[in-house]
Amino acid sequence: MTASPAIRRITLALLLAPLMLWLGLLVVIPHIDMLLLSFTEKTGVRQYQPGLANYRTFFVEPVYWTIFLRTALMSILATLLTLVIGFPVAYFIAKLARGRSKAFLFLLCLVPFWVSELVRTFGWMILLRETGLVSGALQALGLVSGPVELLYNDAAIMVGLVYTSMLFMVVPLITALDSLDDSFIEAGYDLGGSGWSILREIVIPHAMPGIVSGSIVVFMLSLGNYLTPVLLGGKDSLWFTGAIYTQFITRFNWEQGAAFGMLLLVLSSLIVWLGLKLSGQTLSRTVG
Amino acid sequence: MLPHIPTSPWLRTLYAAYIGAFFLYLALPLAVVSAFAFNDSNFPALPWQGFTLDWFIGNAAPRIGVFNDGAILKAIGTSALVSVWVAGLAVLVATTNAFLFERYAFPLKSVLYVVMLLPLVVPGIILGISILVFSSRIANFAQGELGLRINALRPGLPLVVLGQFSFIATMATLVISARLRKFDRSLEEAALNLGATPWQAIRHVTLPYLMPAMVAAGLVSILMSFENFNTTLMLVGSDAPLTVTMFDRLKQGSTPVLNAVSLLLMAASSLLALLVILFQRGARR
Repeated sequence: MTASPAIRRITLALLLAPLMLWLGLLVVIPHIDMLLLSFTEKTGVRQYQPGLANYRTFFVEPVYWTIFLRTALMSILATLLTLVIGFPVAYFIAKLARGRSKAFLFLLCLVPFWVSELVRTFGWMILLRETGLVSGALQALGLVSGPVELLYNDAAIMVGLVYTSMLFMVVPLITALDSLDDSFIEAGYDLGGSGWSILREIVIPHAMPGIVSGSIVVFMLSLGNYLTPVLLGGKDSLWFTGAIYTQFITRFNWEQGAAFGMLLLVLSSLIVWLGLKLSGQTLSRTVG
Repeated sequence: MLPHIPTSPWLRTLYAAYIGAFFLYLALPLAVVSAFAFNDSNFPALPWQGFTLDWFIGNAAPRIGVFNDGAILKAIGTSALVSVWVAGLAVLVATTNAFLFERYAFPLKSVLYVVMLLPLVVPGIILGISILVFSSRIANFAQGELGLRINALRPGLPLVVLGQFSFIATMATLVISARLRKFDRSLEEAALNLGATPWQAIRHVTLPYLMPAMVAAGLVSILMSFENFNTTLMLVGSDAPLTVTMFDRLKQGSTPVLNAVSLLLMAASSLLALLVILFQRGARR
């Protein structure tokens, strides 16, 4: 636009102001503040000094790092399960379905995720509880003699996590597989490849960017999930976000909670960074 | 496997069955939530006791329907208030961001762009606690050193709005920037040639073009705000939005009134989703 440089500079400043206020006051400074708080030890009533006590507690108390490791491992498992379950569906929608039914199936995949996570988790509670539908169906089929409690165990948490994350895996997979030209698969068959070898050597390598970005998002969402482990896993869900919540809200030990928060943030960021590095992608291209 | 390449029929059937089972898995939890909103029983569980509308319109304990449940109605009101604030702020900031990133060159632009994307990859609960820590520090400072009591910086609705805004703004920026990128600048130049001031050109040419994306971003923001739980949980005060209220009830043991609320929520979000799709379709023209 043909505005004078002075006006242009003022406009630029006016447009920068909201961005800087948002990122500065709500994202960057709060995280720095949390980092500072995590390196603060409480020595007495209203007495604080800088130190590593909160991190020492994490490494010395087995209960905390066990929960941390458990959360990380279960999130990895949830990511793998989501990938294995979602991949055939994504392949079906991208490569086998055509025209209208393709668009319809794609939309069908999205629908559950317009619904609040709380409602989805509630649905699983109704299905899995002792008086629930799955228990009822098992009894009707004569597989069990009395009501069975399927809620409040690790498998229930896993079911909930996989369900909640499915969209974030299936959509990037469909996008990646859609761009694979059918003729590559045909060429594989012409050259005598079997279904398996084509999947291994043509389809999966091509889908890798989708697999990586889907896995990053699913891992991050599982790691940071609070609702699903608490509602489906019950009191012994032992999820790290639960430990953070306890320190902040129940124990009012914010210094310790901030340290836990930093540890979770570091792990989550590390995985995102690693995934992007391994697949040669950048954050701007993956989410932007 | 491709449609026109011969595959053994039983493999094909097996695959189709798997896809069918998958969609059943997707639909099942939502279907049972909806169905048990009409069960004539005090618990959302088997056996099926027959059809009732008590959980929507009932007004005698223990069957207080949604429309007579003061706490739930108040929570819906709170969520609506929060989501309107979040959507308004997010669309405003996202629009200025879109102009900034699409039209201006400035130092550290690419760094700022990456920082702008970060809220999407930070776990919601961490966003919540970091804002809680920082706002409390300011509030404590104001109270201790200046003798000011700033209630807005204590857990409560203003902080919930800011917490949700902190990551929803990123989403809104991406939606509006994508639309602005496709805008044909020669339309603005035509307006300037016809004697419009730069502001008039933007006001009468560019903004109307951006409108569908702004509306879609606003609707998505409302949806995300209504559904947010993690960030909200850490910042909530005495007035709880709907998801937090429902969570507290779920922990105490559920009644089918929660099914009824869920059904209404699902209907409302489907309607919003449909609106978003319509507006996006309008934007493609």
